[in-house]
Amino acid sequence: MSDSKLSIDQVTMTNPGRDRTVVAVLAIAAVVLLAGLVAPQWAKFLLTIALAKGLVVLGLLPQMRTGLVSFGQALYYCLGAYAAGLAGKWAAVSDLMVMILIGGSVAGLLALLVGVLLSRYRSIFYGLLSLALSMILYGLLVKTEALGSTDGFNVAPYTLFGYRPEQDAVRYVMLSVVTIIAAISSLVVHRHLQTPLGRMTTAIRDNEIRLEYMGASARRVIYVNYVIGAVLAGFGGAIVASAVGHIDPEMAYWTMSGEFVFMAILAGTASVLAPFLGASIFSAIHSFAFDVSPNTWQMILGASLLLVIVFLPEGLWSLFRRARRA
Amino acid sequence: MDQLIAVCIDGVIYSSWLFTSAIGLTLIYGVMKILNITHGSFYALGAYMAASVTGALLARGMEPMLSYVVLLASAAAVALIVAPLLERGLLRFMYTKDEVVIMLITYACFLMLEDAIKLIWGVDPYFVAEPYGLLDSFEIGSLTYPNYNLILIGIAVASGLGLVYVLNKTRVGRLLLTVIHDPEISRAMGINVDRFYLVTFSFGAFLASMAGAFTAPTLSVVPAMGVDIIVLSFAVVVIGGLGSLQGAAVGAVIVGLVRSISIHFAPELELFVIYFVMALVLAVRPRGLFSVAEARKI
Repeated sequence: MSDSKLSIDQVTMTNPGRDRTVVAVLAIAAVVLLAGLVAPQWAKFLLTIALAKGLVVLGLLPQMRTGLVSFGQALYYCLGAYAAGLAGKWAAVSDLMVMILIGGSVAGLLALLVGVLLSRYRSIFYGLLSLALSMILYGLLVKTEALGSTDGFNVAPYTLFGYRPEQDAVRYVMLSVVTIIAAISSLVVHRHLQTPLGRMTTAIRDNEIRLEYMGASARRVIYVNYVIGAVLAGFGGAIVASAVGHIDPEMAYWTMSGEFVFMAILAGTASVLAPFLGASIFSAIHSFAFDVSPNTWQMILGASLLLVIVFLPEGLWSLFRRARRA
Repeated sequence: MDQLIAVCIDGVIYSSWLFTSAIGLTLIYGVMKILNITHGSFYALGAYMAASVTGALLARGMEPMLSYVVLLASAAAVALIVAPLLERGLLRFMYTKDEVVIMLITYACFLMLEDAIKLIWGVDPYFVAEPYGLLDSFEIGSLTYPNYNLILIGIAVASGLGLVYVLNKTRVGRLLLTVIHDPEISRAMGINVDRFYLVTFSFGAFLASMAGAFTAPTLSVVPAMGVDIIVLSFAVVVIGGLGSLQGAAVGAVIVGLVRSISIHFAPELELFVIYFVMALVLAVRPRGLFSVAEARKI
């Protein structure tokens, strides 16, 4: 009974005639680019951060579709940020695109190594080992005087292709870059999920052993997803480092990873757009609730997470699909 | 020589503190398969309750030696009020869900409890140093240690041995082992599984709040003190193997010694080594040192 229901869902999800993800990604990116022209500076900043964190959550999405939750995504987020920041500090790299690429590649390289080990782990142990790894980085950074230990260090203003934006334009240019990277990444992940390898992600969650009886390697799928997630988290970290202009070890702490998982659960994993919805809602709750009552914003966050898990187990995104079907 | 002794004694003290903090986590996981993030909240709640109640009573002229009883009573009060509320009011409806999902639910509760603590006790630190300074100190070689540390060691040993005794030698303990082995069959046999879950959860929470209550005199009680303890307890129980009491003891000793060695010889590596050991153990024994192999389910 439940099996047949699942397959109908999957047909409607992946039926090319009805899949409007590509159009939606491009349309939303265009809207953000246009809205950025008139939005106030603070809104541009918030949106930039939300999109950057959305990138990290996008990296969690394929992993979560296999049923694995990484409680250590902050490892790559922080690593990307420090790699980008150190490239600026030691090698005088100030180009935003180069910094983002450095952040993503350093994160990806580490994941290529660590992934070999981590892809053997399932369920709660996957989360715990990734948590331990992120705490190792935190423990190292906190005590490293050369990198400012708990204070971290400042990141110099960026340039873009040799051009330094005017004071007023700094945030808009940043927002545009992030929007374009987010759009491209979403489309790449969306495409990846439609390849045979990508389609195996949900199969692993449903029944890993059956998948392996058919000759596929679950470890390979998990490995690839893990590396993709790390690269995206590295991008996100590098962007945040440059947008905020400051980095510190808290970026690797477990509460940061918790935030990413929170965003992923909030919006669900049904679409590559969901992570950005989750990150935006999280940022909105964070900044507005924090403004209204600084001592209860976590309570509001916790309550909303609880409500979503209990009443919308597939996340807020499932509301769209329900509406479309009705 | 002195340094070697200091390393060992610091290690033992820290290990006992870790063991008391972590044992409730492994108990709850072992029985209910919940990786309980609110463990940190109970630790913080215990510390706050103990610091504020003991402080208030001492200010009213309570006999100082009674403060240890008050510490214990405040921890018990926290566990008796909050834990049943959480278990009966929320968690019992979630037992059918996936392990990871239940963990996220406790994460949501942890976020809410963090703010609840700030609402009740404010954001200013609490101090209650009297119980710490009240007892004399003992000397080993040229080193002096406050006797309060002996209480910490005593609590760790007592709770560990107590749990082992109850589990293996009493009727309730044997029934609990049955529940761990197969809740459904136990229910069919007439065991009140719900009550076992309620009691286990509350007792696990009590162990956490007791650890917090007896830590309170040694430091200032501040918001977010529960945040650090969670990952630390995770490290301890994961090294030993989730759900194993011996494992938690071994994990606590390993982490305690490793940390005290690092503090004496390479202080900049203090946090690093703890999680490095955790990752190392997981890399070699994915389910921890004291775990039983589990068959993959088809």
